[in-house]
Amino acid sequence: MGDEHNMAFEKVDEILAGYGYRHDALIGILQDIQRLDNYLPQDTLVYVSRKLEVPLSRIYHIATFYKSFSLVPRGRHIIKVCLGTACHLNGAAQNLEQIERTLNIREGQTTGDMMFSLETVNCLGTCALAPVAVVDDSYFEGVTPGKVEKILSQYTGASEGLDREAD
Amino acid sequence: MKRIESPSDLQALREGILFKRDPDQKVVRVCCTTACRAGGALHVVEALRKGLGDRGLSDKIQIKKTGCRGFCENGPVVAVEPEQLFYNKVKPRDVPDIIDKTLVGGDPVERLLYADPDTKEKIAKEHDIPFFGKQARHVFAKTGRIDPTQIDDYIAEGGYTALCTALTTMAPGQIIRAVEVSGLRGRGGGGFPTGKKWRTCRQAPGMVKYVIANGDEGDPGAFMDRSLMEGDPHSILEGMIIGAYAIGAHEGFIYVRDEYPIAVEHLTIAIDQAAAYGLLGFNILGSGFDLTIRINRGGGAFVCGESTALMNSLEGKVGEPRAKYVHTVESGLWNRPSALNNVETWANIPLIINRGAERYAQIGTAGSKGTKIFSLVGKVRNTGLVEVPMGISLREIVYDIGGGIRKGKRLKAVQTGGPSGGCIPSGKIDMPVDYDSLKALGAIMGSGGMIVMDENTCMVDVAKYFIGFLMYESCGKCVPCREGLKQMHHILSGICEGHGKAEDIELLTRLSVTMSDASLCALGGTAPNPVLSTIRYFRDEYEAHIFDRRCRAGVCRNLFEYYIDETLCNGCTVCSMKCPEGAISGEKKQPHTIDVGRCIRCGVCYTLCKREAVRVR
Amino acid sequence: MYATLYAKEKLYGLDKRMVTLTIDGKFVRTESRTSLLEAARTLGIAIPTLCYHEALKPYGACRLCVVEIEKHGRSKLVTSCNYPAEDGLVVFTSNERVMRTRRMLMELLLARCPDVPTIRRLAETMGVRASRFGHQAKERCILCGLCVRVCEEIVGVSAIGFADRGTSRQVSTPLGLASDVCIGCGSCTYICPTGCIEMVGKPGPPGSREMIMADLALKPCPADYHCETCPIDQGFLDEIRTAIRGFREALGKCSDARLPSLYKPQAQILRNEAYFSVRRNDEE
Repeated sequence: MGDEHNMAFEKVDEILAGYGYRHDALIGILQDIQRLDNYLPQDTLVYVSRKLEVPLSRIYHIATFYKSFSLVPRGRHIIKVCLGTACHLNGAAQNLEQIERTLNIREGQTTGDMMFSLETVNCLGTCALAPVAVVDDSYFEGVTPGKVEKILSQYTGASEGLDREAD
Repeated sequence: MKRIESPSDLQALREGILFKRDPDQKVVRVCCTTACRAGGALHVVEALRKGLGDRGLSDKIQIKKTGCRGFCENGPVVAVEPEQLFYNKVKPRDVPDIIDKTLVGGDPVERLLYADPDTKEKIAKEHDIPFFGKQARHVFAKTGRIDPTQIDDYIAEGGYTALCTALTTMAPGQIIRAVEVSGLRGRGGGGFPTGKKWRTCRQAPGMVKYVIANGDEGDPGAFMDRSLMEGDPHSILEGMIIGAYAIGAHEGFIYVRDEYPIAVEHLTIAIDQAAAYGLLGFNILGSGFDLTIRINRGGGAFVCGESTALMNSLEGKVGEPRAKYVHTVESGLWNRPSALNNVETWANIPLIINRGAERYAQIGTAGSKGTKIFSLVGKVRNTGLVEVPMGISLREIVYDIGGGIRKGKRLKAVQTGGPSGGCIPSGKIDMPVDYDSLKALGAIMGSGGMIVMDENTCMVDVAKYFIGFLMYESCGKCVPCREGLKQMHHILSGICEGHGKAEDIELLTRLSVTMSDASLCALGGTAPNPVLSTIRYFRDEYEAHIFDRRCRAGVCRNLFEYYIDETLCNGCTVCSMKCPEGAISGEKKQPHTIDVGRCIRCGVCYTLCKREAVRVR
Repeated sequence: MYATLYAKEKLYGLDKRMVTLTIDGKFVRTESRTSLLEAARTLGIAIPTLCYHEALKPYGACRLCVVEIEKHGRSKLVTSCNYPAEDGLVVFTSNERVMRTRRMLMELLLARCPDVPTIRRLAETMGVRASRFGHQAKERCILCGLCVRVCEEIVGVSAIGFADRGTSRQVSTPLGLASDVCIGCGSCTYICPTGCIEMVGKPGPPGSREMIMADLALKPCPADYHCETCPIDQGFLDEIRTAIRGFREALGKCSDARLPSLYKPQAQILRNEAYFSVRRNDEE
């Protein structure tokens, strides 16, 4: 554990130093830390609490209050279904259900093979494309339950990071 | 980049930039903000670059990656100057035609032009398109024209002139007076008079003060602020610098919600470039005034759009609101006087200084001056961002600008103000859109989200949606909001599932009174609005759900059925194959039928059927 | 709010500025930084509270202490625990609007905590015997935050805190693990108004005691408030009392420690029924 442990915290130290160890930067600090492993590991939070001399209970409240944080590891591809008003009126709830049905997980969960994590967002601000779903950085517009299978199949086996559109 | 030390420096710089530009040069403007990017705008830009490069035209024709022009429904949009041609839904495969026919040949590519949905007539120029015709793009004037990552573009179009005027020829008191005379009211939703806010903040005792821009834009369905931050970040900065000077603040913050990464990126670039020019930092324009601005990202909490929760978040805490018995203009961030305004409000400030307060006040109504940017979304044909003078009627927005309702359906209601707002029924569509008229009808202006609803929208479901949203976003500190939303959601869910009781409407109303009277902050305080407004104007729908167990709009699962119209079905079997419950039966090329008992109303067949043969009853 | 009032007072140099306001038709003259709740108490008017405690900064979460105020011709409800007294303010502590609001709040709390005696009793004093609401839970915690706040403000270790938000808000140790900073002082147990925090353990160094929030069987005071015959080790109780700075003055009988408020009807009812259970390991 030793060296690996220290190395892992090296990056955390950089982040903390970058923010000048300021307490008011806690949210920014945690966001940068989450970018390292795609979630907030437990011992990292304990470490931050010690280094910043901030009670762990406060950090825990922040990590659970703000929904952009995850305390559990997430899948390789993160699906975010927008549940904003325009998307809702255009059937976002049915899209979410179809994705849940296809991947056999509920919202907030990750598939067993760690391939997909399913989350919801309360408005991405792309309302003209409603209903919208984002997979990693790719936006899909006009999603319908009928199109879900096609969208997901682009990721099972295909390479990541390409901009794709639903037709 | 050389520091700008005085107004004459700025003027010289501007002239220098314009001198280097050929006014006759063709410019291709491609919107590259989030929505158009999702449609592949960056690929279009790449294709253009490559195409022009191949033909050796890279020097002659300029490609500009701009912000949003508002016509998001038809994105990606490409505008060609000086011909003022406006192309819609452009794909990379359209680029060779654009280059050959338009840029080289000077002729429009017909298929990319906007076509009137009813007459099918093609319209070439942007300002002839009805969507743009009735708008008054003042705050949005530069968005869609300039490259937001190039401060020189902003300066070339007259940017930072207002800052010069304010810092070198006006005293702080005069600036505040100008904002008061202009009648500007907060564009974030509250509509509080901005001048009054600034005056109180200036007068509050204390040496250290702050200016804060609220870019949290949590209302679902609203994306005006996103476009402003992505497309014209300098207009916000300019407004903040002027405001900070007027109030006496030397530190500013822009709070951007986490879901807007491009906005954060563009604002960061803008701040760096402004600082490099000396428009931020020490001794701005030689006036002796210092200001630094920082960007803070949200963490995924709608409640952080509330001003005191936002300040708590800036202080590194959870976004729980504080009691507002001592106003934040006197005791806000770190208990110091703070002037917090929405980004759209800040962007109005340079306009007021440039035009003069009286001229600014000529637009709008007696109580609501200036323009407002709305995100027009939902069941309307032209979804996108519109900027209109206050006082324009809802009818003009929905029909003249919005193009009317999609698929020939009927308008039912327009919802404004997000989860704190209300629904305006189609019968009241001739009302003027301004702060006071909306309030009188039980809605609010809000941040600008305008959701158009048609006959297939269930108003009880809308109320349930908003309460569900707020329940998820509530900070949970106070009893009326946390417990009240939970109980409201329970009642509304019951109604939508067919367990509604006669007493439910009464109980919802009584609970609404407590929530609005006793909640700690406006999230809980305004939460009842969508419920009360839908009960007020659509009581019959509630009663149909409760007493008839029927959702005529075809939304509430247990209260309607799908069936297949035999006259339309061609027996393609797509629906029966995709039905997750195996509820559809029929021979190939024969009309199919749905077994209502097995059907779970998932919507797969309804959305897949190309002949719209699946209907609701 | 506490800090804000202090700051405002420092800024304005208004340490001793006196204001006059009207509460329930009676005039009262008080320092400008006094809360309406405190001002009302000087008149002998008791306002019910759940999340308020003199030793802590006012929190404004339960909203039970709301009163109606009139200012500049407009009226609204404000929480009296943290609203500062102002010159010329007109306050109503128990008019129809206020009572209706408090009753609705109790209905909401009853739906959440139907089996908590404190809540049932408080609701009954207002005439609320049942809740009309359909979403029923069986919680014991009312999320008043007193435990969290005492651990932060007085004890200074923040061993427990809030987690999550909205309807999922709860009091918890960080990451749900046993705390390594808890000193076993028992402040949270004492201050909890519903008795849902139990202290289990034996006298000795801190750490061998646990505070447990659980479905617990509430036990009445074993000595019927006669401390001379109390079977609990008084030395143990003494240790706890010493550890709680600021409670010292308010502590008398162990039962007083729960709600050392010296005031009237509702508070008295709660105090007399105080439940407090300390089990020594050898009793099991």
